[in-house]
Amino acid sequence: MRITLNGRKIELDAGWAFEVRERYGKPNDIVILNGFQIEEDCKISENDILNIITKGVMPGKDELESMMMARHTPRVHSEVKKGKVAVAGLGGLGSNIAVMLARVGVGQLLLVDFDVVEPSNLNRQSYSISHLGMPKTAALKKQIQEINPFVKVELREVRVTENNVRELFGGYDIVCEAFDRPEAKAVLVNTALEQLPDIKVVAASGMAGCESSNLIRTVKPMKRLYLCGDLENGAGTGSGLMAPRVMVCAGHQANMVLRLLLGLEEA
Amino acid sequence: MKLNGTDHKLDKSQTLDEFLKARGYNPAIVAVELNGQIISKGEYENTIVDDRAAIEVVRFVGGG
Repeated sequence: MRITLNGRKIELDAGWAFEVRERYGKPNDIVILNGFQIEEDCKISENDILNIITKGVMPGKDELESMMMARHTPRVHSEVKKGKVAVAGLGGLGSNIAVMLARVGVGQLLLVDFDVVEPSNLNRQSYSISHLGMPKTAALKKQIQEINPFVKVELREVRVTENNVRELFGGYDIVCEAFDRPEAKAVLVNTALEQLPDIKVVAASGMAGCESSNLIRTVKPMKRLYLCGDLENGAGTGSGLMAPRVMVCAGHQANMVLRLLLGLEEA
Repeated sequence: MKLNGTDHKLDKSQTLDEFLKARGYNPAIVAVELNGQIISKGEYENTIVDDRAAIEVVRFVGGG
């Protein structure tokens, strides 16, 4: 029988997961079978994906990626690893989207932002005190390399305009619109849909304040446009942006990206 | 004509820019699809909307 153990294909005669642990690992090692950490022994079948992980031990690079993705639904990782996704705007939405996409193992990320990290970003964006003053692009790349060093990260420190959308995002499967200002959102969405006939756009509108999380949703108003948010609550004087709702919305966007990379096109 | 999936009566043809402003949309913060085609922002004043048009308007609010 052929199975995948810690990322390597092996031939096996043992029929049970714990027998494999006995042979290749230590008695207290974690056993993850097809995405689920098992506490009781399970029979294994042809093509199963098994990970045996020793806690507190740094694995070799060849095993690390497989172990990092051991809790994924089987075959999700091999699909998303082929994905090329751009994130335009690295604020509360974009920084959190990029971190989530790195965790799921998207193969290539393009991070676009012209700004540096400043103190008012820290209430919702994926940055820390040590990043203050750094370009958001570089600060985020540093985090992603710590989270998943197998992601290829490209950086562009520019402002997105009608004139550079094609050059920046051509060749990417999906662009996430993650800007703050509504004018910038409209320009990117409009231009990408108009000039890049194959790209899918995952945009956001409405995540300010403390309204119910349940108002935030994903809709598909146009053929290649997905829109996440409550569609109403804009940021303004008296209506702030805070981590929970912004991250709920970023989660909607990241999950829509994941779905699209897996060929699921419904919102 | 149809606007965001619901029927509307349009008495006379308008430019897209006039159409949007008449319905309270700020043209700077929307994306518009007319009969399945995205309309370039620079073309709002040159694009005619008639009573057979199907328009999808996505309005953005700030925050991110």
